[in-house]
Amino acid sequence: MSKEQILSSDGIPLEKSLKIAERKNKLKAVLLVAPLFLFILIIYVFPIGEMLFRSVDDRMITKMLPKTFNAMEKWDGKDLPDEEVYKGLYDDLTYLKKNKTYGKIIARLNYEKSGFSSLIKKTVRKINKFEEGNYKEQFIKVHKRWGKNEYLVALKNTAPNWSYAKYLKGMDRKFDQDRNIVQVEEDRRIHKILWLRTLNVAFWVTIFCFVLAYPISHLLATLPMKYSNLLMICVLLPFWTSLLVRTSSWMVLLQQQGPINDLIVWIGLAADDNRPELMYNVIGTFVAMTQILLPFMVLPLYSVMKTISPSLMRAGKSLGGTPLVSFVKIYFPLTIPGIGAGCLLVFILAIGYYITPALVGGASGSLISNTIAYHMKSSLDWAFASALGTMLLVGVLAIYWVYNKLVGIDNIKLG
Amino acid sequence: MALPNHTPLNYRIWHYTYLTFCGLVFFFLIAPLFVILPLSFNAEQYIHFSAKMLALDPEGFSLRWYEDMIYGTKNPWGLATKNSLIIAFFATIGSTILGTVAALGLSSRHMPYKAAFMALLISPMIVPLIISGTAIFFFMAKVGLAATHTGIILSHIILGTPFVVITVTATLTGFDHSVTRAAASLGSNPVNTFMKITLPLIMPGVISGALFAFVTSFDEVVVVLFLAGLENTTIPIQMWVGLREQLSPTIMAVATCLIIMSTLILVSAELLRRRSERLRGINR
Repeated sequence: MSKEQILSSDGIPLEKSLKIAERKNKLKAVLLVAPLFLFILIIYVFPIGEMLFRSVDDRMITKMLPKTFNAMEKWDGKDLPDEEVYKGLYDDLTYLKKNKTYGKIIARLNYEKSGFSSLIKKTVRKINKFEEGNYKEQFIKVHKRWGKNEYLVALKNTAPNWSYAKYLKGMDRKFDQDRNIVQVEEDRRIHKILWLRTLNVAFWVTIFCFVLAYPISHLLATLPMKYSNLLMICVLLPFWTSLLVRTSSWMVLLQQQGPINDLIVWIGLAADDNRPELMYNVIGTFVAMTQILLPFMVLPLYSVMKTISPSLMRAGKSLGGTPLVSFVKIYFPLTIPGIGAGCLLVFILAIGYYITPALVGGASGSLISNTIAYHMKSSLDWAFASALGTMLLVGVLAIYWVYNKLVGIDNIKLG
Repeated sequence: MALPNHTPLNYRIWHYTYLTFCGLVFFFLIAPLFVILPLSFNAEQYIHFSAKMLALDPEGFSLRWYEDMIYGTKNPWGLATKNSLIIAFFATIGSTILGTVAALGLSSRHMPYKAAFMALLISPMIVPLIISGTAIFFFMAKVGLAATHTGIILSHIILGTPFVVITVTATLTGFDHSVTRAAASLGSNPVNTFMKITLPLIMPGVISGALFAFVTSFDEVVVVLFLAGLENTTIPIQMWVGLREQLSPTIMAVATCLIIMSTLILVSAELLRRRSERLRGINR
């Protein structure tokens, strides 16, 4: 083959000219995506990163007691520390008292070791009466816990700037005296229950949605257009209706004096004065979430079933397969991509559900999202909320990754 | 779905069981919405069907809860509606522009790392709202946009863009790029080509994406719960507050209005979808 160069009309070798054009097109595409990408990066990805950071950030205590920790660096933790540490503690606490900001360290230290709350409060109350020099003795006089090594060790243990203690807490574990990871007391293991319940609810809601959605998607896909379009409204109207409207209709239906209970009483399944509790427990969460998430299962299933030619089933039958055999061997395997897409989508959405469980779930039906909201808005333990959020996020992203591998993100169908 | 005459009895039973099951599922999907409508016209204060209502006695019905919604003293719905509309309006514009432009880039076959970018840009739809809410709250508080309309609008733009990206990319998959090349060869500049050729063709996708973005913003509670101050209250927030206290008939009236609105949006979205399929020459 001759290596003669082909030139484009302006005299540049064709290969080079093509490359320039390619690069130009590439740049154009990237520039088009760039505004949204940067926007999401700054207002979404960066804040989520900050949330991760917040969940492990434990610098508050070292910032508030700088002199103490400075002095503690030399202390080996075996015997009581010397005067220098107590002097630092005196300086820091006096400063905190003047600014009235010691409340924060109380919560943090009490988490590390219970008993710190009264210890700090009492010390701060009396710190004005301290005389110069010999602080160690004065501290121990105010509260004998200052003379116990375990409290000072606990204080020293809070020194590292980064801590994964919040993650341990999210898994019902904690550090003991010697920095070993142990389970928390039996009656305080609430998070494990919550995680399991969240997974359980998401799993069963997915199963229920699948069982309900499969037949109707099949019906929608096989009916003539004019009927299926009409029935499709039953799927799409809830899909487009406000989540709160749908949740409130479930609250109306499931309440003690509501229509469903009326029906149960009328049929005679329960006495009028002994109406079953359908709401504010896990039943309410199951029923309402299944109805609310059902369209997300129907739409992917429908779009896959729509592409399956009816002649395949007829061929199966003509070759002697019973309808059941043709269904199991032909139809069902062809719908598996739709099943995968629908189930993963519903599971992802269910696992992070917040509004519906909060309104109809009560205490026994609340999920991990509700706990995150509680720590964000009520207990104000933002670091712990961030840690729980991160744990949930990791789970969701893992499923998202699987979804992307199996279904392909650009195959999400909307309506 | 009539069965042929020679169908054996067991298939017949199976077939009607299947149809009955489907009927029940459709009922399960749609019926809860219709419980709300009559209750919003209840003359009594309680959320249940009164004897008069069941007897279809006109005295059992009234418009008092709609009056209360609009004219009631210290009612929050006026402010909430105004805020919801303002926020949803700007959020929709923002998401639609950013989403459409990004979708154009993502649909180009020259786009590098397409799948990765797509996964990132869609992620706000997948990540649980409680996490988005938490993260965005920290950020907005830091930059001083907590409890402002701007902060809420910016976060709703984020939540709305995935829908626009998805619908517009879907419309662009069947897009014939030779028409834009034809325009260019006839001397049109890229902006002109986009406005006159591409945009009209992908319009159905853009509008249905915009509808999704609008509904997303209009319905969104979780992020607003974190971000909103008293001044930024929205319809979903007021419903949330109301539902946590007690079910009031006024909420049923508001819910009825929202159902009517979503019906209108559904109808327009469906019409658009069909138009889009016709335009792209997809015939089923």
